[in-house]
This record gives sequence, C-alpha cells and structure tokens, in this order.
Amino acid sequence: MIPGPFTYQRASSVDEALQLAADGGEDAKFLAGGHSLVPLMKLRLAAPDTVIDIGRLAELSYIRDEGSHIAVGALTCHDTVARSGLLESRVPLLANAAGQIGDPQVRHRGTIGGSLAHADPAADLPAVSLALGATMVARGPSGTRQIAAEDFFASLFESALQPGELLTEIRIPKPDGAGWSFQKFTKRAIDWAIVGVAVQGGSVALVNMGSTPIRATAVEQALAAGSDAADAASHAAEGTSAPEDFNGPRAYREHLARVLVRRALEEARSRAR
Amino acid sequence: MSILGTRVVRTEDPRLLTAGGTYVDDLRVPELADAARVTFVRSPIAHALITGIDVSAAREAEGVVAVLTAADIDDLPPPPDNGLTGTEGAPLPLGGPWSEPLLAVDRVRFVGEPVAMVITNQNYQGEDAAELVSVDYEPLPAVIGVDAALSGESLLFPPAGSNLAVTTGTPVDPAAFDGCDVVVEQTIVNQRLAPVPMEGRAAAARWADGKLTVWVSSQNAQIGRLILAGAFGLDPGAIRVVAPDVGGGFGAKIGVDRDALLVAWAAKHIGRGLRWAETRSENLLAMTHGRAQQQVVKIGGTREGRILAYRLEIVQDTGAYPRMGGFLPFLTSLMAVGPYDIGHVETAYRVIVTNTTPISAYRGAGRPEATAAVERAVDLFAAEIGMDPAQVRRINLIPPDKFPYSSPCGPVYDTGGYVKALDTVLAAAGYEELRAEQARRRERGDVLQLGIGVASYVEITAADANGGETARLVVHGDGSATVYTGSSAHGQGHHTAWAMLVQAELGIDMAMVEVVHGDTDLIPEGVGTYGSRSLQLGGVAVYKAAVEVKEQARQVAADLLEASADDLELDTERGIWQVRGDPAAGRTWAQVASHAGDDVLTAFVNYTDGQPTFPFGTHLALVEVDTETGKVRLLRHVTVDDAGTVVNPVLAEGQRHGGIAQGVAQALFEEMAYDADGNPVTGSLIDYAIITAAELPSFELLASETPATINPLGAKGIGEAGTIGATPAAQNAVVDAVSYLGIRHVDMPATPARVWAAISEARESR
Amino acid sequence: MRVSVTVNGSQVAADVADRTLLVHFVRDVAGLTATNVGCDTSSCGACTVLLDGRSVKSCTVLAAQADGREVVTVEGLAGEQDQMHPVQEAFRAEHGLQCGFCTPGMVMAAVSLLAENPAPTEEEVRTALEGNLCRCTGYHNIVRAVLAAASDNSA
Repeated sequence: MIPGPFTYQRASSVDEALQLAADGGEDAKFLAGGHSLVPLMKLRLAAPDTVIDIGRLAELSYIRDEGSHIAVGALTCHDTVARSGLLESRVPLLANAAGQIGDPQVRHRGTIGGSLAHADPAADLPAVSLALGATMVARGPSGTRQIAAEDFFASLFESALQPGELLTEIRIPKPDGAGWSFQKFTKRAIDWAIVGVAVQGGSVALVNMGSTPIRATAVEQALAAGSDAADAASHAAEGTSAPEDFNGPRAYREHLARVLVRRALEEARSRAR
Repeated sequence: MSILGTRVVRTEDPRLLTAGGTYVDDLRVPELADAARVTFVRSPIAHALITGIDVSAAREAEGVVAVLTAADIDDLPPPPDNGLTGTEGAPLPLGGPWSEPLLAVDRVRFVGEPVAMVITNQNYQGEDAAELVSVDYEPLPAVIGVDAALSGESLLFPPAGSNLAVTTGTPVDPAAFDGCDVVVEQTIVNQRLAPVPMEGRAAAARWADGKLTVWVSSQNAQIGRLILAGAFGLDPGAIRVVAPDVGGGFGAKIGVDRDALLVAWAAKHIGRGLRWAETRSENLLAMTHGRAQQQVVKIGGTREGRILAYRLEIVQDTGAYPRMGGFLPFLTSLMAVGPYDIGHVETAYRVIVTNTTPISAYRGAGRPEATAAVERAVDLFAAEIGMDPAQVRRINLIPPDKFPYSSPCGPVYDTGGYVKALDTVLAAAGYEELRAEQARRRERGDVLQLGIGVASYVEITAADANGGETARLVVHGDGSATVYTGSSAHGQGHHTAWAMLVQAELGIDMAMVEVVHGDTDLIPEGVGTYGSRSLQLGGVAVYKAAVEVKEQARQVAADLLEASADDLELDTERGIWQVRGDPAAGRTWAQVASHAGDDVLTAFVNYTDGQPTFPFGTHLALVEVDTETGKVRLLRHVTVDDAGTVVNPVLAEGQRHGGIAQGVAQALFEEMAYDADGNPVTGSLIDYAIITAAELPSFELLASETPATINPLGAKGIGEAGTIGATPAAQNAVVDAVSYLGIRHVDMPATPARVWAAISEARESR
Repeated sequence: MRVSVTVNGSQVAADVADRTLLVHFVRDVAGLTATNVGCDTSSCGACTVLLDGRSVKSCTVLAAQADGREVVTVEGLAGEQDQMHPVQEAFRAEHGLQCGFCTPGMVMAAVSLLAENPAPTEEEVRTALEGNLCRCTGYHNIVRAVLAAASDNSA
C-alpha cells in the first residue's frame, strides 16, 4: 500500500532530467503521470532509490502538425490526446484508443510517453503505435535518436530505451485516409484488454497476445494479397503467444483475436475514404 | 396524513456529503492521540508448518514499538468452549480439534492468516518493518476444492482425522422420484465471493482506568462487547464498544473481527492506544468470504409441468477454519424449496475445510444459495419438458390460499402473493414481446442473442427474531426527542426511518428527533444490523416506545390541561395535545415534557414477536450475449421485491438497487479464485471484478406490499432480497440466451470465456 | 521534503517523507478526512480529488507531485453559509449514497465530469464513473443524481 522509501527529485528541464538520471544510475526512474510506476511502487514490485519527477516539463506536452507527421510530446496526457481535435481528424485511432484507457482519473494523469516506455503488452497504446508505424524520439546522455515502434518494445515491460534515456516525442506519419479501428475486448469497461486489435489501413497490431505488442503480419500479408476481412482475420493468431490466465486459456484469446481482427477490418473498411 | 410510506430523503446525508463520514480511521479523538499503528504479517502460503519466526530485525526497524507473535499471547483466558466439535449444525465456530488460534502458532492454513503483529509509531513505518519479519515455512500439500478435501490425503487438522467438519441431512428416499415422468440432475457451483465493503476492516483500542474502549467498524457494537468480554474474561461493564460510521458490512462485519480482537489485546500488551486499518489486499484475503457451495440438484415432475420432488445436496467449503459451523448450509436447507409447492423435498449438507480464507455471512447468507439452486433446477426441468420457464413457475408457485404455508423444509411462510409477483414482472417487462424478439434474432442467426431469465424467490428475514431489538425513546424538555436504537445502520438509513416513526406516532417533527446507535455506553443492550431484521424488530421497538411515551405524556397533558386523560387527543399533524374538539387550547410537546420534567418522558422497549418473516418477489433479467465472444451485457432488470409495508420507499428502493447490483455481479463477474497451491488468483481489485456503473442499466422496480401479520408495522426485511432474486435471474438469462444451441447450464460467473466455452462445445457436438 | 499544497483554497505546508501519497497528505497533514482510501491498486476511486480542477486518484499521486498545485476535496465544495454544491444537493435529493464511504470520491468525479461534459447522457455518466466503485447503491441513484445536477446547471 505504501512505497518503500526513496528520494524524490524534480527536473525543471529535459537537460536536468537527463543529468539527474545519469547521477542516479540503475536505481533511478523517471516519473511522469505516475499511473504505471506508482501502482507498482505501492505494491513494492518496483523500488527505485530515486524518482525523477518530469511531470512539470510542459515543453514535452504538445500535439503538433509538422507537415509530414503529427508530433505528440511524450508528456501529453491521455485525456488531452483523446480530446485533441487535430488527432480526432488526422489520427483518430490514437484519439479513440487513448479515450478508452482506464478511467477519467487515470486519463487526467497518465501520459503517452509513460505508457509506451512502460512497455506493457496488455496496454493499448503500444499496439496502437505499432499499427500507426510511429517513431519514438529519445534523448539521452549521448544525444537524440529515433526508434521505430517495431524496434521499441523489446520484451515484457522492457522498452528499447537505455538507462538514463528519456522518451520525448512520438512521431506519427499521417495516415492517408485509410480506415481505422480499435477493438478493445474486456470483461468490464474498466479492465485491461483481454485481447485488443488496432487497425490503421493495412497495418494490424494486437494487444495482449504476447510479451510485446505484435503486428499480425500474416493478416497483413493476406490483406495485401487481396483477401477479404474474414479470410485475412483467420490468420490473426499466427505468430502470437497469448497468455493463459484467469481470463481464459490461450485458445480463447486466439479465437478472440480472429473475431476482433475481422470486426476491426470490417469497421476500418467502412471508414475508409 | 402520516409521513409513513412517503418518500423522505435522508437526514444522514448533509453531514456525509459535506464533511464526510467519520469511519474508524478518521477518528481524531483525544483517547487515540498517541495511538500506535498495527501492521499484520500474514502468511503468503496456503498450508505450511511454521518452523521458526525471527522478529529480531523487525524489532530494530525505525519507529517499531513491538513485534508480537502467538508466543506473546500468554495473558488471555482460554476461548469459551461452546462444546461444538463437529457434525453439529449450530452457527458458532467449531472448537476442539478445529480450533482457530488468534495468531498462527505452528501451522498456517490460508494465505492471509495472521502470523505476527508489527506495532509502529507511524503508519508508513509498519510495512517497512513487516517486511523484516522472517518466518520459516515448511510447505504442506494444499487442500483446494471438494475432491481434495474429501480425499483426506492432506489434512488441515490431523487430530480431527478428516477435512469433513459437519455432515447432516435428510436420508435419501429411493422412491422419492418414482412417479416422475422426467428427472433432471445437475451439479452447480455457487462460487466463492468476497464481500468487499468499500471500507475494509478497521479497529482502534485503548485500555485506561480499568476500562477497555474499542472503536470498530462493526454491524453490532453490543455483540462485539460480549465477544470481547468472553475473549478477555472481563465483565461487559468494563468494556465500551463504539461503532462509528461504518463503510458497508454485508454480513462480514458482524460482531468483532478476530484481527480486531488482536488489536485490543495488543493495546493492553503495549500499554498504549492502538489503531489498525487493513489494506484492500488484506481485506480480499483475510476478511471472510461468502457462498462457496457446490450443489447437486435433482428435480422431477410430470410432463405437464408439475414438480413432484426436489433434492438439494450441498458441500459447503468453509475455508480453513469452520467459524460458522454448518450455519450457512443450514439456512440454505431451510429455504431449499423456495416459493414452490413441492410434495417431496430432501436436503443434505456437508461442510469441508480447505486451505482458503474462512467463509462467513455475505449478503443473503445461505439464502441466495438456496434460491440460485432451485431456480436453476426449475429452468432445467422446464427445458427438459420443453415448457416456458415462467409457465412452469406459475404452475408450481404456492397459491395465495395456502398461506400461512408450512414448508417441508421447516419454516412457515407468513404471507405471500407469488404468482401475482411473477405476473406483474412479466407484464412490466413485456415478456411476450421479449420472447418474440428473441425468436426473431434466432431466426435471423444474429450474433447478438437475447436471453430472458426469471427467478421467483422467498426469503427468511429476522431468522434470529428471538434476539429481538431495543429502543429507548426520550422526550426532552424543549420538545425534542432522542432515540437510542440497538440497530446499527451502515448505510440503511435508520436515522431517517426511526425519526419518521416517531413523527408519525407522536407528531414531533423529524428535524427534532435525534437517533443514536452503536455506543455500548449509551446503548448497552441491542443486537445490531444483519439478516434484514432491523425494521421489523428495531423499527417496531421504536414504534412501541413511542406508543408508551405517548401514554405517559397523556397523563401529564391531562394534568397540564386540567382535563381527564380520556378526553385528550394528540394531533400528530401539529404535535399538539388538546382536549378533543378544542384545538384552540392545546399544549406543545415542549410544554408537556417540561411539565413532566426534562427526560422524564422515557420508554425502553426490547421487542420481539419471536417469528421471522418471509419477503418474496420475482426478478427478470434481460441479457444480450455476443455469441462470437461470449460477452454478456445486462440490458434490463425488472423486479418485484415485496417486503411488506414500506415505511420509506426511498430507503427500500436503495436497498433493492444495491442488492440487485451485487446479485448480478455474482452471476456475471465476481469470483474469488485460488490456484491448486492455494494462492489467490483474484487477490486485488484489478482481478476481483466488482461491478461498476458501466456494466449496469438503471433498474425497473415495481411496487408490491403484502403486509406481514406479526408486527404492527406490517414490515418484513428488504436488505438482502435484491441479492437473492437477482443472481438466478441473471444466470438463467445467460443460459436462456444460448439454450437454442442445446446448452442447459452455465456456471457462475458467466464470464466471456466460460460462456464461449459452452457455445463452442455445443457447436462442436452438433 | 517540504510540500506546500493549496487545499480547498488554503495553503497547507509541511515537511513530509518523499514517498507520502497525496491522499495521506490531505487526510493527515491537511486534516481533511472525508477523502477515503478504499484499495491499493488504484481501482476504486474513493480517494478522488480535483488536482488543478481535474479529477485524479489521490492515492496514485505523490504529495510532491502536487506541490504548488491546487487540490479540492468534497469538504471544499460547499458555498458560503454552508449551502451545498449542486452536485452534493443532487446526491442528497436522489439518495445517491448509503454508507457514504465512496461518496466523497464519487462526488468529486461527478464534479469533474460535469465540468468537462455539462450535459452527459446516462451512458456517458455510467462510463465516466467506471473508476469509482460503490458497493451499496447499485449506482442507480448516483446516476440519477449526476443527471439531475447536470440538468439543474443548465436550467
């Protein structure tokens, strides 16, 4: 219920954040909205010695049309992403998915950068970023680099970010008017997805079907070869390793993936301009 | 016109809404100013021997006042021996070989069992220090599930020689089902639930000047005091128990929790005030659970729909310690036949121990299990003979001319209009049109199929009516009044209802009536609130006290008005004593009461009529099942819950709403699950699926009042009825939705995975 | 560390452990105990307060994160002369509470909802309250209360 003791530090600039992280080493963690990190700390599943609060770096909260792509600052909270008129018209998949994360209180605090960096395959935005072909921009002690979404999610709760590296921006290529769909299958509205599907044009990504978010490449290939939604969707479980847990056996999740991919493709088609 | 029966909003609410309630952890009383904090160390393993406990590191941690284990409990008298050692059905913990220690001694039997207490100056220090307590466990095979328990390969209580604590029941009559055209048998799981009151368990204690004061989140301050007196070998007069605002109980906060007993004991041990408020994870593991029955139903009857015989066999999993003996399945057996006129009924139950959290009462306490079983059985019978399940009910419900009805299970049902309740609900729901829409969707092969579930029920309230309830009414010199009630509301709104009763009888405005409960110094005698007993016992006690006070006041008013008492009347609209026919020259309550002397007008009533009452009703649930995913959505829920005369419809509806939500939650969402090693799988609110506003529609409640005959208010109990009727209605609706695939039964909770498994199995076998 | 938070319009400052949760700062430092702790997994919403005008679960926010910010709890809603806020009044009128433990968080979640969506549908209300658990009321009257408060505001 109560985190173990730690030292709180507050960064007033990105440079300061990086410096504090370098000083803190392995046992320092960035704190953005705190709705991935603080719950873990309260259960003592995470126990960093130092917590670097980057939540006040207003310069990292923005949604901008940069011409070739939309740039979203890493500290933009889910509620802002969900309500963004720009995103609703240009990247509705992201706005829609962000609006289904948790509940309003969670969305007022949780950030897109925090969620992506946490790299939980059961979270919604990692799969969405895959489907969008997003690029993550990270700044670290040795400078800035770009990481494609497909390279960003290394394994369960492990992103490609190096120690001391800060995710600063998510760049989303503007979808060309192709359809989109987000299917989040839960028991209760508040629950994590048992299985989820994000479709943007011909890209299909899966939530909670493995230790990372996964592109349903067999589905994408079938679509590219001209299959209809139902035939393409029949490949949805290929290459996945869905968890077995209280919410159902692997076979059930694989079945759900096929159903939800089909529904997502049909919905995306109906939206395509 | 009397205020009774009118809609009155609660007097409790302005305070709760603006300042918030004062729950145990909110108390900022001087007696607890220097109180230390308790953090429990609990077993992380379901079944193990304790081979060593090392508290030395914990004792050195910052802020630690003491670290206590069973070895420190050397100053308590032996627990009172009620003589129950097994096989008996009484509602008390079994002793002898089944005894439960306060803190584990050499063995732990469930994840969450308390092993040590860490006492710190501040709250935050407790978890840090608790992590430093080192306990050596030697694992034993965990006993999980009925088969493992009955096999006896691993015993929780080796001296008992068995995991079977209680066995009883009607012997099987081999001829019982002869003469039945059709017989159906089904094994049913009534799954383990966690009560999850929004406020967990909490207690604070202080010993001072020869008196023990305990503040505790409890439904029964007076019973709590008796328990403490027994535990400490004290005279009850040396103990004060206070139940402040309580954030929900649902039966799991009856009396004083064992961990709260430890808090009181530890406060004495360290010579300082002590307080404790559990975390939610602790609450899910160490507050008692509910239900957990495995049932076998056997039902038989004619092809024309007449049910002739019914047998219910129960295996009650009571968890690691048989705290309630056989009480819950005893109540289930008592109500097994439900509202039906069935010639031959047999019941039997066994109680097993397993390495899981102990079981106790949870909203309905044994009766939801009875209704869930017979309602599934009726639907199974209906499916077997191909008759509409509502029609089967209509044929078999006890007709109005058979009341009072002597049930073959024992109780005598007082009053009821069962068929009328069924028909009222069906009409309001538009049953015919729902069936037509269901048929259309089936014809079209829609993905989203409709299910209509019906459940008729009767339930027993104030089952412990002999315990009665108390009320003391005092009219003060300024014309205001105070009611000291033995009942113990934790959301039920008694302060509003009891004030209404005083206003109705005496004409003292509700705003001038204060209601006090939950403090044994002020109210030494009382029972408290559970079992849906408070209105029909506690409310009637208030009413009778008002009647007594009225007669006392009549004599005083007569003296004041210099008239004969027989010529006086009390105008209850204005609260004025006057000579009949002479309203101009009346006297107010203030005048009469001050003439009598401040607080002289007083009555104390300890009321019982010695009989339980039997509310009844029908619930109809309309669900939509996504046959591609198994997901169930509740679209509508329509009910009649007839609990006799309604004193305040606002309060009665609120109780029905809450019960429906919990009942639907059992059918569709909640399950307290363990893996084969006894580790809880649903140990937090992320996994234990409490229902939210997003999963429920607004409910359609219909009015029905068939008065009780045994008390002057005509009241029965409403608190648990919603839970009892809603669960089987929702479960039956899910089965009904997929019955066209040949599915006859789906166990609770009807999660998407479970429903999908039934659908895919049915499709494969076609 | 030193944390200073404006709570219900008054500045509250104290030296607290870095790990202090905002809910404990509100309850134990500011002494406002209406806001309750109902769980340990950020699931129940009983701890909901407004942080800079928006609902948050104060058990999942460090007091340090609220340093220099504004927090409003249910105790800060009533107006001058103790007249209740329209949402509080609606909860009272519609019997939107029973034991009262979830109520402060529920009210603050409703206040935040109506600030963002002044005329919600029933479905929008239910979805917006999915992060606030209640065990007593079945939500029926809570939803009525929020809809009543919404229509009062727009009247």
